Amino acid sequence: MAKKHKWKDLLYDPLNENNPITVQVLGICSALAITVKLMPAIVMALSVMVVVAFSNLIISLIRNYIPVRIRIIIQLLVVAALVILVDQVLKAFAYDVSKQLSVFVGLIITNCIVMGRLEAFAMGNKPWDSFLDGIGNGAGYGLVLIIVAFFRELLGSGTLFDKKVIPQWLYDHGYVNNAMMLLPAMALITLGIYIWVQRAMYPQLTEKH
Amino acid sequence: MNRNSNTYTILFASIVVVVIGVLLSLAATGLKPLQEQNKRQEKMTDILYTIGLDQDALISKAAAEGLKLNYKLIEKYFKTYFVKQYALKENGEVDKNVNAFDINLKTEIKKPADKQRYPIFIANKDGKTYYVIPLYGKGLWDDIWGYMALEEDMNTVAGVKFGHKGETPGLGAEITKKWFENQFKGEKILDKDGTFEGITLSKTNKDPQNKDKEDHEVDAISGSTLTSNGVSKMINERLKHYMPFFKKIKEQKNK
Repeated sequence: MAKKHKWKDLLYDPLNENNPITVQVLGICSALAITVKLMPAIVMALSVMVVVAFSNLIISLIRNYIPVRIRIIIQLLVVAALVILVDQVLKAFAYDVSKQLSVFVGLIITNCIVMGRLEAFAMGNKPWDSFLDGIGNGAGYGLVLIIVAFFRELLGSGTLFDKKVIPQWLYDHGYVNNAMMLLPAMALITLGIYIWVQRAMYPQLTEKH
Repeated sequence: MNRNSNTYTILFASIVVVVIGVLLSLAATGLKPLQEQNKRQEKMTDILYTIGLDQDALISKAAAEGLKLNYKLIEKYFKTYFVKQYALKENGEVDKNVNAFDINLKTEIKKPADKQRYPIFIANKDGKTYYVIPLYGKGLWDDIWGYMALEEDMNTVAGVKFGHKGETPGLGAEITKKWFENQFKGEKILDKDGTFEGITLSKTNKDPQNKDKEDHEVDAISGSTLTSNGVSKMINERLKHYMPFFKKIKEQKNK
């Protein structure tokens, strides 16, 4: 418990070597669902980051007072409250994006990253460290989401942020958007390629048999 | 106090629940006006879209006045163009006790036909009259909805706008795309004798270029038969309720 954490490690580790999606394989479901376009992916990433960071902070603040027998319930309660808050704020200030995210904002509650970090980190660490850990993991989740969404929107719709980026002459010469990229199956394959590239670059991530 | 005792556990849980409950209800009531405003703004822009005023047109219109498009301005435009809005009874009479704009079709369509009120928005743009009818129905996965503007003859489609909650991206979700909505322009909803015929999304349409505007058919979307069927059903089910009202207007004109 008294382990000292460097804030740099807390922030940077989850981006790559301990990435919640590609290494810990958490939160895959939402990563597949809302990466059709970049804008919703970014908003989703920010929402998850806010929820993980603040639930980590709150749970860490009250960690010594939480009765052990109901700790999971208390964690869920805090997470659920934050998620509802985020959902309400999005509906008020980013209505269009919140419509595209629809149920997936609510489903942050069930995102394993949130509960995972609360149990694994916030219950045993100081508030500030926990907060940074939340930011780091949220960013790690967001990074994967944004990269996957970038390729899916570019290849699937020929746009980025809903702006056309594939020049018209390519279409004139027979180029077609790949509608498969818009389906969840291709999201899984894109994510798989991402993991492949990452493991090829960092062999130490590969499990030994 | 013993942190493992039942009393402590219950006390702790109660305090947390109360604190969170208060916070959430504060947030919900505080943000409600903004959320409602967003919904109204969306509805108004959707309706304006059907009479040929899309987002870009509204933005440039606002820019011409040296203003930025915001809720107040959209509301102002809506009120200038939409001179009348009625909540109609099944027999085509106007129910003056109901505000047409506030009718929520999602719950309204579940009522029996004679209990429902049918909202209609009547616009006057560049000297022409438009009748905008809200639509609501079921797609493949979830609800679909839309607005259809009819021209002065109450027969020719001037424009449509569709929305959906969860149709398949790239397939059923294409109903919100411009190419799909543009197909409807100029289509007729009445046959040559003036009886209601509606518009159907068809896969065996012998007119893929959509040049024949009298055939009451537009191209369906390949790979999304069920969404297409849902759209046809929604259009034809909703529109037929407005026929008594249109009949009345025509009779008044002929007098």
